[in-house]
Amino acid sequence: MAIDRADLYTRLGVKPEEVTVVRPEPSILTRLYIFEIIKGMGITMRHMLYNMFHQGQMPTLQFPELRRTLPPRFRGRHRLMKKEDGTPRCVACMMCPTACPADCIHIEAADSPDPRVEKIPVRFEIDLMRCIFCGYCVEACPKDAIRMDTGLFTDMAATRREDFVLTMDKMLSE
Amino acid sequence: MDLDSFWGVQLGRVVLMWLLPLLLLPLMIWFERKASAFMQDRTGPNRAAIAGVRLGGIIHTMADVLKLLSKEDIRPVNVNGFYFALAPLIAIVVSQLLFVVVPFGDAIDVGGQTISLQALHLDIGILYPLAVGSVYVYSIVLAGWASNNKYGILGGLRAAAQVVSYEVALGLSIVGALMVYGTTDLNEMVRYQGGLLFGFLPRWGIFLQPIGALLFLVAAFAETNRTPFDLPERDAELVAGFHTEYSAMRFASFFMAEYIHIIVASGLVVTLFFGGWQIPWLSTETLRANAGIVLDVMLGGLVVVGFGSAALAMRWSPSLMRQFQDLRRHEGKVLATLFGGLGALGLLGLGLVHTQVGVLPDWAASALAALAQFSAFTAKTMLFAFGFIWVRWTLPSFRYDQLMRLGWKNMMPVALVNVALTGLVLLAVGGR
Repeated sequence: MAIDRADLYTRLGVKPEEVTVVRPEPSILTRLYIFEIIKGMGITMRHMLYNMFHQGQMPTLQFPELRRTLPPRFRGRHRLMKKEDGTPRCVACMMCPTACPADCIHIEAADSPDPRVEKIPVRFEIDLMRCIFCGYCVEACPKDAIRMDTGLFTDMAATRREDFVLTMDKMLSE
Repeated sequence: MDLDSFWGVQLGRVVLMWLLPLLLLPLMIWFERKASAFMQDRTGPNRAAIAGVRLGGIIHTMADVLKLLSKEDIRPVNVNGFYFALAPLIAIVVSQLLFVVVPFGDAIDVGGQTISLQALHLDIGILYPLAVGSVYVYSIVLAGWASNNKYGILGGLRAAAQVVSYEVALGLSIVGALMVYGTTDLNEMVRYQGGLLFGFLPRWGIFLQPIGALLFLVAAFAETNRTPFDLPERDAELVAGFHTEYSAMRFASFFMAEYIHIIVASGLVVTLFFGGWQIPWLSTETLRANAGIVLDVMLGGLVVVGFGSAALAMRWSPSLMRQFQDLRRHEGKVLATLFGGLGALGLLGLGLVHTQVGVLPDWAASALAALAQFSAFTAKTMLFAFGFIWVRWTLPSFRYDQLMRLGWKNMMPVALVNVALTGLVLLAVGGR
């Protein structure tokens, strides 16, 4: 936050001309800059030598080979859950497309063959180009049918727009 | 036959001094990438590999060259075609013209004849790189102007103003040194620096002319357009300055010219103020008289460096390579074999020299001395070239008015005072 100087003076109850700002005067050695430059170059050299001989301690992660362990609540790519008999848990209630702020979930519902269940989805697609990974769909689902716990967040590259659409089969298989 | 003016010898010297900066170039780019990475706690280039061997990132430079060679050469519509093409040519040609005057060793004696180790022997000596080097700025100005780009023209303008300002300090900073040496011939200067000062210090220019050396070093940074004087290509405000519109090999020409310029500037600093090819405390006569020991030290150095690097490669490799499941796992073993072979070669050489060769002939002794001096010159030059990179990754760059103030109001007066002081001291001591 920037300080409004005039406001500060009024609040402190002093006049601007009564205030003297004491700034440390750099010594002549500092103002020559040569010694300061040598000091600074010492710091970079120290870092370089340390890192040369402690390469194992480098914080860089060799990414495709090594991966960071993700926190359990990390929101990655979506997956759909199944019932014990292998059919999708989803009942096509349309809660998730309603909650979705990016409008990226598209569900087509059909009558369920099971008399205890009213509807099932025949098409359940998520457009990853639109998805913002907010997790509202997971929050909204009354059946715990959609989750974002695959831990996948980089394997979504594609060369065509159509390939970015997650199909129901793909989400069910993960 | 006069060996010194034999066309083969002359061509050999010129080609050597032309190739030396070109061969050191990949090393410089590697320094720039890897050293800067380590200074900033990053890993740096470590992916490009030939059969799993990455050589700590040197292979990355080769990949880079391939990329630049095969890239599309884009020429924007509204550029001035002739000057647009001419500018990178000037840059690359001028930067390669400079190194030929720098002497890289004492003369070799072969059968009563002497072969001077200076590709282009000019009486005007130091004035040649100053004169030719100042043509370099034309390439930057032309590049900026011809590319019809606001950033380009700003970069070119800045380069012109900066080089004009610092050329003055550069020229004045060596006047003191010229007064002390009494010659403009670079080889004579280096010979003069071979003596001792007060009986223990090597008589290097840095001890005779400390202020001049510092000013020359700073002005050299400005001449090569390196941080902290990188205003012509300041990426924070000018995109890429004068080479904004350049791509592929045209860009690479500027890139290479910059690094060759750094090597040349380092070579000149070394020649003028750090003894050139002189090895401190060891004169050419001493080296020639003890050529056997010189050879032993060289081969012994090869043995130590070879086996030492092999041991390091073996020690580092398991911890660093375990994470890779491909060919890179074997990199440590390959490197250790290569370096170990180098060490074994040195060992073999040592054995051969001690069993087969008795007393070295005179020409071999003088050639060995010259080789030792050439190595010393290259090592010193690379040390300073590394210094250019080291400074770039340490210091922030100047604001434009600060740059001008430093050049005109600080460096020029100090250089003039240095000239006056040197004259007074020389008068008091009684000439040189």
